Amino acid sequence: MDFESYDVLVVGGGLAGIRAAIAAVEANPRVKVGMVSKVYPMRSHTVSAEGGAAAALRPEDSYENHAFDTIKGSDYLADQDVVEAFVREAPVEVIQMEHWGCPWSRDPDGKISARPFGGMTTWRTCFAADKTGFHMLHAVFQTSLKYPQITRHDEAFVTKLLVEDSRCVGVVALDMRSGRFDAITAKSVILATGGLGRIYAFTTNGNICTGDGMALAYRAGVGLKDMEMVQFHPTGLPFTGILITEAVRGEGGYLLNNQGERFLKRYVPNKMELGPRDIISRAMMTEFEEGRGFEGPHGKYLHLDVRHLGEEMIDRKLPFMRELGREFVGIDIVTDPIPVRPVQHYMMGGVDADISGATPMAGLYAAGECANVGLNGANRLGSNSLSECLVFGAAAGRAAAEYASSAKPVTANPVDALLWDEARRVEVEFLEKKGGDERIGAIREEMQREMDTGAGVFRTKEAMEKLIEQLGGLRERFGRIRIDDTSRTFNTEVTAAMELDFMLELAQTMAVSALAREESRGAHARRDFPERDDKKYLKHTLAFRREGARPRLEYRDVRITNFQPQARTY
Amino acid sequence: MPEKRITIKATRYDPEKDEKPHLQSYEIPFYDESMVVLDALNYIKSDVDGSLSYRWSCRMGICGSCGMMVNGTPKLTCNAFLRDYWPQAIVVEPLNNFPIIRDLVIDMEDFMHKLKSIKPWIIRKQEIPLGAGEHRQTNEQIDDFRQFSQCINCMLCYAACPVYGLNDEFLGPAAIALARRYNLDSRDQGLKQRLPVIGDSEGVWECSFVGECSVVCPKGVDPAKAIQQTKLDTTMRFVLPYGNRE
Repeated sequence: MDFESYDVLVVGGGLAGIRAAIAAVEANPRVKVGMVSKVYPMRSHTVSAEGGAAAALRPEDSYENHAFDTIKGSDYLADQDVVEAFVREAPVEVIQMEHWGCPWSRDPDGKISARPFGGMTTWRTCFAADKTGFHMLHAVFQTSLKYPQITRHDEAFVTKLLVEDSRCVGVVALDMRSGRFDAITAKSVILATGGLGRIYAFTTNGNICTGDGMALAYRAGVGLKDMEMVQFHPTGLPFTGILITEAVRGEGGYLLNNQGERFLKRYVPNKMELGPRDIISRAMMTEFEEGRGFEGPHGKYLHLDVRHLGEEMIDRKLPFMRELGREFVGIDIVTDPIPVRPVQHYMMGGVDADISGATPMAGLYAAGECANVGLNGANRLGSNSLSECLVFGAAAGRAAAEYASSAKPVTANPVDALLWDEARRVEVEFLEKKGGDERIGAIREEMQREMDTGAGVFRTKEAMEKLIEQLGGLRERFGRIRIDDTSRTFNTEVTAAMELDFMLELAQTMAVSALAREESRGAHARRDFPERDDKKYLKHTLAFRREGARPRLEYRDVRITNFQPQARTY
Repeated sequence: MPEKRITIKATRYDPEKDEKPHLQSYEIPFYDESMVVLDALNYIKSDVDGSLSYRWSCRMGICGSCGMMVNGTPKLTCNAFLRDYWPQAIVVEPLNNFPIIRDLVIDMEDFMHKLKSIKPWIIRKQEIPLGAGEHRQTNEQIDDFRQFSQCINCMLCYAACPVYGLNDEFLGPAAIALARRYNLDSRDQGLKQRLPVIGDSEGVWECSFVGECSVVCPKGVDPAKAIQQTKLDTTMRFVLPYGNRE
């Protein structure tokens, strides 16, 4: 069994993780950084982000406006000091990405261009056509190759955090190719594993988005914050859930019901298609319920129409959307409306972390979608997440490097024992498991269906209580899973089982946190509690793991600086 | 009406017990016209045989991980539709020209080294400070390298390249296209540093201009063009004294 040691170890190779790795090295060039990812970094789900990254770069914009839009968008659940720091750093980070080669779309004067986006009061979403995440990820990954201080462990699946005396000192990882368990130790660890969309059946997220980092932290005793806050994006393609970017509406596309009506005039009259995602998704579900949706082979849908924008504009600003329409739906968006419906897209909740990415556990940091630093509150504004990955990835990288510079070295003695115990656990529970009769695919599909039903756009006490009960049953069945694959070489059935194990755990925290929040705020819409209740719930939910029982919940006040909560209308 | 079914023959190979790869046949329901080859593999893994190994993630043609040989042609399986093959059986194999790790999973470490060797990052004689803002660059300047920046590293071009098949020292289509992407970027000044690699005998000169790379690229990148342009560039550097760009 190998024993690699670093100053800083990053778990996850998407935008936040790579940004963190580079920031750690730039903060201190003597820092040795490890990066472990279950896929090659350029496969990370950042690659699927389309619309852009928000930054107040234009002279007519201001930090204050970006902050207010974000806080209002969050339905006042964002921590305002965090938002204020974020909006100041976002422009710097967008420029940094430009220096690293990101092909930002430009204004005629050669400066970085911007487009309108939902919930933003001005044009501040910087973009690289409609493949912004793809270009940012490849630019930052390729740039990372020039730093000899960064060592990658590609295609290694982290099964556990190594914790010694309440301090995180590394991870245990299963090397996919060799089947070997490695202890990868470090003076500090940054979780940057992305979202958990695969807990749902209908999601924009890729297969790898299984919430691993959140589950790893939760199992190590760290709280998960605001796990009831799940974003449903208004425009996913039926059947596949493939994301159709909000930039389609930003560039002037219309949402139409089966009457050909721009129905958003009844919901967000002042913003129309540029309303925030939570409100538009609810509007669309209401249109379905009231019979104004189209019926298709894959359920109800509405039309997203860009025909009036013209071919030239579509090819310049939305070429990937045309490609997706052509290749995955068989339509040309220049001449045909796009069928869309709301789809799980983003997790506002995540590992409890502060403004520098530090979690309550010494040596453990988190950034990007897997973290909750308090930026997004109850509803993230579109295009804030790519910027979040940059700003808080960099912050976590610097903080972790700083921590590592004064931290005690990791000792081999307990690590060896911890590695042995963890390898044994995975072998007994998965690799050498005999006899079970439950297929992991069946349990996963049921979990996904139940989550779509019980923890979707609209929620009720009854549905969530049923969901929690169902999840309990699935957890029990998970104990009887059957593993067909006995090989140690690239065993993707065992990693899928471990991912399902993580997701079942996270699904429970989401359902329990949601049931306890008896109000409607942002993306958390309770039919039985339709109003926001600032007296009781202007607070973050924190969920802590308890063995064999529902998670224990705590609450923490939201930090308000300059923006007092007010009615959220658009 | 009886349910439509389709046969998938997938490569199976476990180095722990198989001497060489073989095909295994699965007959599965073809229940939706929107199904792609990747959906069929997922059906097999979920409901029939959990031991089938392959890579995939985004299922929207952008992450680049699900490339395989589909009836002998390199394809992204997430947008290879079953309806285009049915009622014939579909043979799904790992990408050609790569060592197989397991089943449909290829070893692409070679590419990862080649990618790094072409220095795929912006090289400047002097970095401008962040405080000075962005480099000015027009959309027309981006057009110069735009198509080469669309590479998703899916490896289909390497699977299609007869030269790479014979000589894995060859830098290959995607790496050369990416070198071209940086060399053509108005912000970059690294051509001289990349030339020793791309102008080497295992670089562009190895290409015999079959052009299959450009045919199979799912993203409209034209690596063959990148290679021809680079050949011209390297030649011009010998012909023109000091007149060429950095």
